[in-house]
Amino acid sequence: MAMATEDILTFEEALEKYDPVLGFEVHVELNTQTKMFSSAPNAFGDTPNTNVTPVDLGLPGVLPVVNRVAVESSIKIGLALGCKIAEKCYFARKNYFYPDTPKNFQTSQFEDPIAYDGSIDIELADGTVFTVEIERAHMEEDAGKLTHMGGSTGRIQGAEFSLVDYNRAGVPLVEIVTKPIVGAGARAPELAKAYVAAIREIVKNLGVSDAKMERGNVRCDANVSLKPKGQEKFGTRTETKNVNSLRAVEHAVRYEIQRHAAVLDSGIAIIQETRHWHEDTRSTTSGRPKSDADDYRYFPEPDLVPIVTTEEWIERLRSELPEPPAERRKRLQQDWGYSDAEFRDVVNAGVMSSIEDTIAAGVKPAVARKWWMGEISRRAKVADVEPSELGVTPELIVELNSLIESGKINDKLSREVLDGVLAGEGTPTEVVEARGLAVVSDDGPLLEAIDAALAAQPDVADKIRGGKVQAVGAIVGGVMKATRGQADAGRVRELILQRLGVEG
Amino acid sequence: MTELIRLSAAALAQKLVAREISAVEATQAHLDRIAHVDGGDDGVHAFLHVNTDEALAVAAEVDQARAKSEDLHPLAGVPIAVKDLIVTKGQPTTAGSKILEGWHSPYDATVIRRLRAAGMPILGKTNLDEFAMGSSTEHSAYGPTRNPWDLDRIPGGSGGGSAAAVAAFEAPLALGTDTGGSIRQPGAVTGTVGVKPTYGGVSRYGAIAMASSLDQIGPVSRTVLDSALLHEVIGGHDPNDSTSLTDPLGALVEAARMGNVDGMRIGVIKELQGEGYQAGVLTRFQESLELLRGAGAEIVEVSCPNFEYALGAYYLIMPSEASSNLAKYDGVRFGLRVVPDGAPTIERVMGATRAAGFGDEVKRRIILGTYALSAGYYDAYYGSAQKVRTLIQRDFDAAFKQADVLISPTSPTTAFKLGEKLDDPLAMYLNDVATIPANMAGIPGLSLPGGLADEDGLPVGIQLLAPARQDARLYRVGAVLESLLEASWGGPLLDRAPELRPDALRSGGTADRVETSTAGGTN
Repeated sequence: MAMATEDILTFEEALEKYDPVLGFEVHVELNTQTKMFSSAPNAFGDTPNTNVTPVDLGLPGVLPVVNRVAVESSIKIGLALGCKIAEKCYFARKNYFYPDTPKNFQTSQFEDPIAYDGSIDIELADGTVFTVEIERAHMEEDAGKLTHMGGSTGRIQGAEFSLVDYNRAGVPLVEIVTKPIVGAGARAPELAKAYVAAIREIVKNLGVSDAKMERGNVRCDANVSLKPKGQEKFGTRTETKNVNSLRAVEHAVRYEIQRHAAVLDSGIAIIQETRHWHEDTRSTTSGRPKSDADDYRYFPEPDLVPIVTTEEWIERLRSELPEPPAERRKRLQQDWGYSDAEFRDVVNAGVMSSIEDTIAAGVKPAVARKWWMGEISRRAKVADVEPSELGVTPELIVELNSLIESGKINDKLSREVLDGVLAGEGTPTEVVEARGLAVVSDDGPLLEAIDAALAAQPDVADKIRGGKVQAVGAIVGGVMKATRGQADAGRVRELILQRLGVEG
Repeated sequence: MTELIRLSAAALAQKLVAREISAVEATQAHLDRIAHVDGGDDGVHAFLHVNTDEALAVAAEVDQARAKSEDLHPLAGVPIAVKDLIVTKGQPTTAGSKILEGWHSPYDATVIRRLRAAGMPILGKTNLDEFAMGSSTEHSAYGPTRNPWDLDRIPGGSGGGSAAAVAAFEAPLALGTDTGGSIRQPGAVTGTVGVKPTYGGVSRYGAIAMASSLDQIGPVSRTVLDSALLHEVIGGHDPNDSTSLTDPLGALVEAARMGNVDGMRIGVIKELQGEGYQAGVLTRFQESLELLRGAGAEIVEVSCPNFEYALGAYYLIMPSEASSNLAKYDGVRFGLRVVPDGAPTIERVMGATRAAGFGDEVKRRIILGTYALSAGYYDAYYGSAQKVRTLIQRDFDAAFKQADVLISPTSPTTAFKLGEKLDDPLAMYLNDVATIPANMAGIPGLSLPGGLADEDGLPVGIQLLAPARQDARLYRVGAVLESLLEASWGGPLLDRAPELRPDALRSGGTADRVETSTAGGTN
């Protein structure tokens, strides 16, 4: 598809000569019941053009009405980002002709965003904290969705016609804009990923967005520019649009740094433009030129009255805020007794909330970690999904764990039980029954197997009798093999030692 | 029948309540009148669409409900005409533009819902300057409306259709919209009453926007009381319009019936008279002042020095907002779509559609507004215009400290000839010099007939202005002045209007029940 024809420097070379400056515009779709300015449902995945009212289609005569819940969600995002909340702010019209924009203007905010001047601390994988300054968070409406038909690429170039779905038109958005981020150096790509992950975590934690990047609930435009080391003045930036996974954010920033460096090295100026990200080639291609003088003919939206925020309103919303993510992490690590390394792995694997829920459902922290960082993470990697998306519920882990603790199954069998449950064969207990996976707990058959194993390896039996208790493993192995794993290894060991009259 | 159509809405309502006539009879009489005077080359052409079947069906429902002694709104069965800028289910809505030809709205404007709830049959949709841009209806894509006083003259605009329909006895009531005078100026030149309510007093939901911060729907009628009655039907808060006021409307009908202006201070706006005003207009205006003084009002002079800049500022703000409001007409979702030859990209389809669908005046204002909002010009144009707006509001604030109500001629001149100012947009714009300040400040204004100018025998309008949310004062003063004037004339001014198509009338009665499928009445 997209061709990466442009020269790039290696990342290390680029960083030797240049300092990257980053900037992000993250669009967060709010999960309100209805749209920003109409009573149409805000829902994903429905039949095209069904979640629309005359307002969403921009029919003649319609007027917008602001969704109060969306305003409250926006204020909450502002507060969570440490922003000031405007006492009075306006909506503005951003005028441009495009068929996904029913009115041919987007109702947005321009000079006075609802939230401004904030910052968040971003923790990198090694525990370093980097503060990102937030310039503003403003409210606006999403556009409809265009599907370009007839071309080979799905892009507008070469398409014969385009279909437009206005279900998304008018969905409430909050656009979070950072100030220029300077000084990240070689960590710029990592910081980029961590920043977007942090925003996603915050809005999810606030409950104001479904925060699913794959659905476009959180979309990132990444701005990159380079300046020669030691230079104060920023270079010309490019804006890579709609980078919609955490990994892609990291790769896109890395690629643009390398590309900029190569362009600058060859003595050519960077063109201020948007760039398209291509996941397949992990590269960007030129979009449209974007100058600071893009003229959207902004003016205050005359159909809406200003939003006035009172002290009480803001304080009420502040009191409804959940615990900030950083504090929450500190508390959870303490409660669970994980080491710094263990906890960081948990956070990086994205299973902290799952573990929290699982512990709340009734297992010990160590057990929860073992499941989520072990078997479930492994499966997620194979399936290329997030661990939380496998369908494993806290209740399932509780039940599996209690089957293990009661000795009905062992660790090995529990994986098979999990297979069965995820394959829809019923509850863990039902799967154990149906697949005949119960651990052999009747000592009779076990003793027979033990005697057979001891008889098969008399030399080992002698060693054990002679006090070399650690040699018991070989006999246990034989018994487990004979019982096809359906024995409780601990109980087998006990019985062998008893049989041989040795103290364990 | 001729008697019936000349009744005021209030009188008609009384006869309906007393069951002297039925709603079907009342509606049919007006439909007959429309059929009789509206069509043809020298017809009034007030209507773009006549809503015969639905109007009669609604009237029949009202009659049935009345027969069962159900609770009915006092105006139930009183028919009404609606400016074709207001969307209606079941009828086309064109905004006087080719770009919306054949378009049917899937929803009703809030004011239409209120008319329906009151049981008022909608006779049809009235002509207007395209998207309400003009002062003569000559900018309608479907041909001009003619002034019933002189068919060679303009009926005012943009709401010339509503005013002419009421003046020609085709409807007792009509709805208009007023952005810079589009209700009041047509009222003035057709000898009828028109009211622009306080901004936010009547929901704009479903009124096709020209300039959102200036547009206001209001009543058109032959008497002040009738406008008050209609105002109470359509007014009041609407959650679908964020700029809609939440406070109660005030007792408008009661104010119209109060019958005195004793001790009221009435301010004459110094800047809205003199140069540019026709002599006959000023003579009638002075007479009205004398009548009010004689009735016990105190006449004071007030000055509004910043009105000088009102017209200029208006012609920046209005086109700016219009350029954005009219962006949606692009051929993508509704209305006209023109697909040019060759490779029809979306830009070319939008461009061709707008080039073919909009008339010259609309294009002129879109270009003006687009320019005024452009980066680098915004502060000088839109920004400065908004400052002027504040200054005009301050002028009014100061004036209303000295006077309870302000008064001026509604329009500097009487109706001009069709075609006379079509090639001179600036001369056309000047016609609204007295009405624009009220829109800029959001205050209510009323125009009522002040007599006929001596030099041309055409109607002169008197404008009353009140502070925001004090619409009731307009009805109080307006009704008193109206009764004093009518006493001096020996009857309503419209009694002196020429009879339309008198020959046909003698032969007719109810015989010529022709459905007027007038221009633009596309179904």
